[in-house]
Amino acid sequence: MAEKANTVEDLHLQNLTKSFGDFVAVDDLTLTIPAGSFFALLGASGCGKTTTLRMVAGLEDPTEGSIRIGDRDITRLRAFERPVNTVFQSYALFPHLDIFENVAFGLRRRGIKDVKPAVEQMLELVELGPMARRKPAQLSGGQQQRVAVARALINRPEVLLLDEPLGALDLKLRRQMQIELKRIQVDVGTTFVHVTHDQEEAMTMADTVAVMNAGRIEQLGHPADIYETPRTVFVANFLGQSNLIVGRRSGAAGDDTLVEAHGLTFAVPSQRCFAAGSDVIVGVRPEKITVLDAVDRDRVPESHNRVDGTVTDVSYTGVSTQYLVRSSWGQEFMVFEQNVIVGDRCDVGDPVVLHWAPSHTFGLDGAGS
Amino acid sequence: MVAVVPAAGRASSTPSAQKSSRTGYLLLFPGIAWLAVFFAIPFVTLFLTSLQKPIEGQSGRYAVGLEFGNYASAMAEYWPLFVRSFVYAGIATIIALVIAYPLAYFIAFRGGRWRSLLLVLVIAPSFASFLLRTYAWKTILADEGIITSTLNALHLLPDGRILNTGIAVVAGLTYNFLPFMILPLYAALEKIDPRLIEAAGDLYASPATAFRKVTWPLSMPGVVAGTLLTFIPAAGDYINAALLGSTGNRMIGNAIQINFIQFRDYPTASALSFVLMAIILVLVFTYIRRAGTEDLV
Repeated sequence: MAEKANTVEDLHLQNLTKSFGDFVAVDDLTLTIPAGSFFALLGASGCGKTTTLRMVAGLEDPTEGSIRIGDRDITRLRAFERPVNTVFQSYALFPHLDIFENVAFGLRRRGIKDVKPAVEQMLELVELGPMARRKPAQLSGGQQQRVAVARALINRPEVLLLDEPLGALDLKLRRQMQIELKRIQVDVGTTFVHVTHDQEEAMTMADTVAVMNAGRIEQLGHPADIYETPRTVFVANFLGQSNLIVGRRSGAAGDDTLVEAHGLTFAVPSQRCFAAGSDVIVGVRPEKITVLDAVDRDRVPESHNRVDGTVTDVSYTGVSTQYLVRSSWGQEFMVFEQNVIVGDRCDVGDPVVLHWAPSHTFGLDGAGS
Repeated sequence: MVAVVPAAGRASSTPSAQKSSRTGYLLLFPGIAWLAVFFAIPFVTLFLTSLQKPIEGQSGRYAVGLEFGNYASAMAEYWPLFVRSFVYAGIATIIALVIAYPLAYFIAFRGGRWRSLLLVLVIAPSFASFLLRTYAWKTILADEGIITSTLNALHLLPDGRILNTGIAVVAGLTYNFLPFMILPLYAALEKIDPRLIEAAGDLYASPATAFRKVTWPLSMPGVVAGTLLTFIPAAGDYINAALLGSTGNRMIGNAIQINFIQFRDYPTASALSFVLMAIILVLVFTYIRRAGTEDLV
């Protein structure tokens, strides 16, 4: 399994659309998933991510558009004719077959006679060698999950599809399996397309994350890029938390766009400002904000964006302290502050100044909001 | 099992464990009593009757005896009817399976919101009496009926008729026991997760292979239950042969019935019943072992 499959090619989705009656589940999706990457489709339930996956697997016919692997059009191929395998959400292990036969299923269907070495090697990879003769029902959830991965991977698919594969596992096991899956992916070098609603899972595992909403991709990129520079309000709120201030474009200063809101002026780096018109939503992540006692307001760097407010809630979580601060116009800001200095905390009712660097600020299109 | 038995043995030596084991037997009592009254006693009576010998000069009266010869003479006279019964029942079971499987499959996987209605329709004919429905088949298969005349027009019937032939008897058996095939098949198919069939397709199985390797094996409990529930009553049935067949199509049920009711030859009738039961028992055990689903039935 160590040698990488050298036939792996990019997966292209072109104008892919799927409607169920009036409901458009996947809306004109165009996407290239690079060969050998770990790609996550992230979104809330009903956003079309599973439908996209099922179309790639051949379990659902696209209403429009095409699916290609390299130059080969697989849009009209039936599921069993595609070089694609799926790890199902419910695992869908065959209850009447033992683990060995479950894993051997794909090889046998392709007429491979001597399946033993490959199956044993695969079971070794997922550390289930001794379980070969057990039935799926005799395995724990985590073990079943690994059988499902082994059963799909043994066929050396060009693309492995994972449909919420860790959804049924408890938190600790899920973390463990995330690392495991990532290790396997690096080992075999196959393209993994992973569908999940768990943003943390998507961020820890994937090289590229596509955030889906209402059948469309809202934003696509490296997890860190998406987190640091969300381009839409949906992404800013779905991936982590954001403080968003509705304002209007009021000018520019150097590389920064100036936004006026509630009598204050905020600076947003122009290349991080994605507003088309004059309505701009200024955003900042809670951990980028520093809380200062109002009496220390002189210590705020001149260039920083700032908001005056009153602490309304303090929750100490050990690693960090989470503040809720009500601004003069009544909006509550969320702030995460690392507990670097013992005893340096604000209390409920304290007047404070929130400030953050313009480089940590992002600007979103506020039209229609 | 090995580990459990010694532990239980030790436990029963304490007074409280003894008491709880007595409670266990007490709880078993209603079940055992039911079995005794409705199964064991009739069974023993039937067996004893089969060994009785006739009382000289008193037709229809028998005395307690050990006439094992009753079995020999009954078998000598009626063995062809045994063979015919099992052949008819076997053919009817196979035809019923062939008809029922696609139907049950359709209801389970494609029935959608019509499922319950379709199932009621399967059972609905049973609301009419068994006898009545069999009489209806007399009309359907009658010599001047549509089916017979159509097939005759096409020269497909060697004897020129269906009624009063083995075909009619098998058709009647198939029809009458069809619901007993459909319902267990439906129950088994309905439990199959459609995602398993998707998974098989994902793993390079064509629809036909997916059926052979996934759907069919997973529906085996239903196939076994359905074939048994059809075969056993069909093998012992006498109404279909009596109404739809001729004297040449008599089944073992007819022989038992005629010996009990008309000839009042109770020992012969009992012996035939006993042999029928024994053969069915042997067949069922061999069948279940072959099907390899002892744990599923």
